Amino acid sequence: MRRKLYLLWILCAGCIAAMFNACSNTASNIEDQTPDTISYNFNIRPILSDKCYKCHGPDASKRQANLRLDMPESAFKALKDNPNAHVLVPGSPDLSELFRRISTSDTSEMMPPANSNLKRLTPHEVDLIKKWIKQGAKYEKHWAFVAPKLWPVPEVKDKDWVKNPIDNFILHKQEQYGLKPNPEADKEHLLKRVSLDLTGLPPTIEMQDKFLADKSPDAYNKIVDELMKSPAYGEKMALHWMDVARYADSHGYQDDNYRTQWPWRDWVIHAYNTNVPYDKFISWQLAGDLMPNPTKEQLLATGFNRNHKITEEGGVIDEEYRVAYVTDRTNTFGKALLGVTLECAHCHDHKFDPFSQKEYYQVFSFFNSVKEAGLQSTVGGPETYAKRPMMQVTNDDVKGILNFINKQDTGKLIVSIMGDSDAYRKTYILKRGNYDSHGDEVEPGTPKAILPFDNRLPKNRLGLSEWLFDKRNPLTARVFVNQTWQELFGKGILKSSGDFGMQGDLPSHPELLDWLSVDFMNHGWDMKRLVKQMVTSATYRQSAVITKDKVKLDPDNALLSRGPRYRLPAELVRDLVLASSGLLNKTIGGPSVNPYQPPGLWENATSGRGILASYKQVHGPDLYRRGMYTLIKRTVPPVEMAIFDASNRDQCEVKRLRTNTPLQALLMENDPTVLEAARVLAAKLLKDNSQTKDKITKAFRLIMSRLPNEQEMAILNGYYADQLKSLSKKDAQKVISVGEYPIPQDIDKVMLAAMMKTVDTIYNLEEAITKT
Amino acid sequence: MTMEKDELEHRLNINRRKFLSKLSLGIGSIALGSLLIPDLFSGGADADSDFIAGLPNFAPKAKRIIYLFQDGAPSQLESFDYKPKLREMMGQELPASVRGSQILTGMTAQQKSFPLIGSYYDFKQYGESRTWISDLFPHIGGIADDICMINSIYTEAINHDPALTFFQTGAQQGNRPSMGSWVSYGLGSENKNLPAFTVLLSKGKGNGQGVYSKLWSNGFLDSIHQGVQFSSSENPVLYLNDQPGIDRRDRRKMLDKLAELNDISYKEFNDPEISAKVQQYEMAYRMQAAVPEIMDVSKESDDIVKMYGPDCLVPGTYAANCLLARKLSESGVRFVQLYHQGWDQHSNLPMEMAGQAKDVDQASAALVTDLKQRGLLDETLVIWGGEFGRTNFSQGKLEKANYGRDHHPRCFSIWMAGGGIKPGIVYGQSDEFGYNIVKDPVHVHDFHATILNQLGLDHTKLTFKSQGRRYRLTDVAGNVVKGIIA
Repeated sequence: MRRKLYLLWILCAGCIAAMFNACSNTASNIEDQTPDTISYNFNIRPILSDKCYKCHGPDASKRQANLRLDMPESAFKALKDNPNAHVLVPGSPDLSELFRRISTSDTSEMMPPANSNLKRLTPHEVDLIKKWIKQGAKYEKHWAFVAPKLWPVPEVKDKDWVKNPIDNFILHKQEQYGLKPNPEADKEHLLKRVSLDLTGLPPTIEMQDKFLADKSPDAYNKIVDELMKSPAYGEKMALHWMDVARYADSHGYQDDNYRTQWPWRDWVIHAYNTNVPYDKFISWQLAGDLMPNPTKEQLLATGFNRNHKITEEGGVIDEEYRVAYVTDRTNTFGKALLGVTLECAHCHDHKFDPFSQKEYYQVFSFFNSVKEAGLQSTVGGPETYAKRPMMQVTNDDVKGILNFINKQDTGKLIVSIMGDSDAYRKTYILKRGNYDSHGDEVEPGTPKAILPFDNRLPKNRLGLSEWLFDKRNPLTARVFVNQTWQELFGKGILKSSGDFGMQGDLPSHPELLDWLSVDFMNHGWDMKRLVKQMVTSATYRQSAVITKDKVKLDPDNALLSRGPRYRLPAELVRDLVLASSGLLNKTIGGPSVNPYQPPGLWENATSGRGILASYKQVHGPDLYRRGMYTLIKRTVPPVEMAIFDASNRDQCEVKRLRTNTPLQALLMENDPTVLEAARVLAAKLLKDNSQTKDKITKAFRLIMSRLPNEQEMAILNGYYADQLKSLSKKDAQKVISVGEYPIPQDIDKVMLAAMMKTVDTIYNLEEAITKT
Repeated sequence: MTMEKDELEHRLNINRRKFLSKLSLGIGSIALGSLLIPDLFSGGADADSDFIAGLPNFAPKAKRIIYLFQDGAPSQLESFDYKPKLREMMGQELPASVRGSQILTGMTAQQKSFPLIGSYYDFKQYGESRTWISDLFPHIGGIADDICMINSIYTEAINHDPALTFFQTGAQQGNRPSMGSWVSYGLGSENKNLPAFTVLLSKGKGNGQGVYSKLWSNGFLDSIHQGVQFSSSENPVLYLNDQPGIDRRDRRKMLDKLAELNDISYKEFNDPEISAKVQQYEMAYRMQAAVPEIMDVSKESDDIVKMYGPDCLVPGTYAANCLLARKLSESGVRFVQLYHQGWDQHSNLPMEMAGQAKDVDQASAALVTDLKQRGLLDETLVIWGGEFGRTNFSQGKLEKANYGRDHHPRCFSIWMAGGGIKPGIVYGQSDEFGYNIVKDPVHVHDFHATILNQLGLDHTKLTFKSQGRRYRLTDVAGNVVKGIIA
């Protein structure tokens, strides 16, 4: 039976399966095993790319000995200085110079050379190469540059576990390794997880009660539908896109004055909420202005490509900065939409991936005809808050086609958008990436290794976006599917979500990534459908408990035999605190705001010019907006976000770090936002006509989205009682004097302070700001 | 059961280590960093990482760095690069042959005339080294024999933002780790109660250009290596102070409850992140005690106060920050980054520069002397300088006592002291116009390579792999400047 399955597997998954099929269930770690059949893509290329391509790879200028190991034609040739020797002799490792050089101990011959920065190959790696040569040294095209296939959905033994095809792929691999999925998470944890993932907000107590009481088999699907209908869904989805699109509220560079790009952000939220298909979502952002008779909505969408930094420094050379903007767009296109490090070919041929410098500037040329200046204006008034090309959002627009823009006054509102000059601007290769060192002229085009540009397409951004959504394009769908997976499961199927190239990681489940990508395309690039597919899978619904056997076999959770458990992103930490306390202002969109921030941060680091030279904190309901509406001044990004690893929006980012530092502890302990929320919630609880235990239970449910167990209740109740006893009136008064939200007159200050400290303790729990 | 638990714990720690390294955070970026949980990472780097973080490549001469960054670019021609020829040729045109193909900024590119202008201030020779220093910096003159003056440093950037970013991160375009982050990553901290990389800001009186927190960003390294800003405000480190009404005992009590509660979920989930979180709260608690102690200058002797000048008792001044830098460094902080703003003299240079010099002269010299007296100068490298130099010709209208100078990347001056750098020498030379380098050029990458070298770090080996590429502070260039090493 096992053998039969194995054959089936080979047939359907081909080489991709090779990496995994040789498992023995007793091995200590899934990564240390040598497969029976060596796959170039999965076993060999990562080694060659990491240790050899630097001098024997795609970059012609750094190539040594005229040898490239990334191309079989070159690798099988006789050596230049010794025609009797060959680098690779299929079937004969001992006759292959490559094997000899990596395994010799003679320092004058060893590769990588002793004096390079490159580490030697490990014995395991040498072994793999030996076996690969023995098996014929077969090359394969890089997996990510081959269009995804709709692999057959694999059979699994435990059919009952499966909720949708995602689970077949996941369980199939687990079964091969003798792993079992975790049981489904309990309803409380599951609801918290899915609510945070779909709306960025914790579930209300009503929602918790409803879900706990709903015993019907489709209770979970119903709650998913409800969450996806919430307007907060668009906000949550837009959050990641803000990083990708390097959205900010200031121009960047040294003066870093204000810009009004937020109507574009409002459009993104709107687009997610109305479930604009991904192909349209991107085409509009790339080329909305080039569509026939573009609507104002299509024009607004192109703000995407004007979110980059724009200088207002008087002394700059115009062309240098204009080129910098085009470069930023090109790099963003590569990383965000193609998931490749195209930017590496800015100064020279790519060292690892098959992208030439010429191809870089071919892509560059699509973005090079914008009617823009490097320096359009220096720091000034509202007329400088957008740069040409720009559009005006009129009061009529916001009553009509742009009714999703939260324009709060009748003043003039301008947004930077795309718009090409009538004349095509010639593009040249820039030698070493220098703006003033023109090389050969290039025509618009795309990297051939990905998909050659069809000459029937218009040679402008519209054509480029058609190229992107050509179903033969191997990257577009994979990249987005992978990023979506990353945002829900904590890491992508391919962990290096910004690098699908040779130096990137390999996907843990290549067939699943392919299957999802093709399925996504076949269903009209429907983003909501894709998200729903993921969150309704049994894979997603597993409990996050880490058991002993799984730590041994799969410490990384590469096989996804447990659910995701990660600390929330910066903005959602804030949202959780505000939502649970009832302070959250649910307004969607509009100009960004300045909530509490420690004094002096902007003032100590400013050129003194512009309206962002000093921090003007807002008051009233604007203090309680969601984290994504906190104003981002690029040179001094909001500190409560930076401490929790938010992007500084300098450049396109597709993946955030997730760190754990003492500054995060200090922030949770002493940020007035958290303390005020604790106080406001405490005051509400005290007003309730209920027992202390009920009050603590309610706070616990609001913050942790679950009932406290007895032990937790005992600790918290004890803490409250102790505080009630030990707090002096004077100290109590001091403790509650935080934040601008009014304190009810008739409240007992000591009780308030004691309850506030109890609530604050809950806010500081690890689980509070963790997706469970 | 205990055995089982222990073994689980062990596996979890390995797991966490692996997990982090695979997430391209890299164990390297964590290992022995300042704010971590020592036993969690005591295994060192795993086989995949390129560099064993926390261990120098060879015997270091310096253990710590204090970088006195003069933000805005002070003129080398009124400070440390003596050019009598410019006075002789006052008002005459800069010869085209000297200017060559140099790109000018947009501020002077339109100028029809480039009249040379000599320093308004006189120069004197100081010490046995006979180093020329202008009258604006008599105290620095007083330590001439302790410093190595480099008159031949040059950069590629001509605007403030890219030039600052270049000096601080080794690249002009941003998003790379700051020097201090690299050092924190490379060497870790000597003090487990303080961050390894701290930042101090002061404002000058002159035309300012601002600094940006991205300059002390950790880039793609773990945020444990981020520069932590210490300020003169009530909260020396952001969010350090507890809310009034909460004292140290209360905080302890709360932390104990937190630990008990976190332990309950640890028992349920076995997630190592939970225990890591508990330890970060403990570290925060220790910082709350250690930082105010450092910030307190009331115990400094009168002699010290006199040496740094009365400003050193005024929080937030350059002098106070210099004194604080000494204290932080003395406590084992690897990298103290100061910024003094206000050095961008496009006009009104003589007057503004006098004000700026008054801010920094005495305290800069005092810092070096103070370290020397404590026997710390040998192991502490002090660096003084800006992001580029200034033109030898006048920007705008020229008057003898009122003129300005534009940005000049081709040559300028920086000095270093201690940390195994040769004292009492002048390195490199510019031409008689102070426009081009004629001897021993030092590029920004060379400067970085040399600093890392003094810390025992090989700049070609201190790498971090991100997005498939191994990055260095020195990118793909840089040579150690052997001529200035003692």
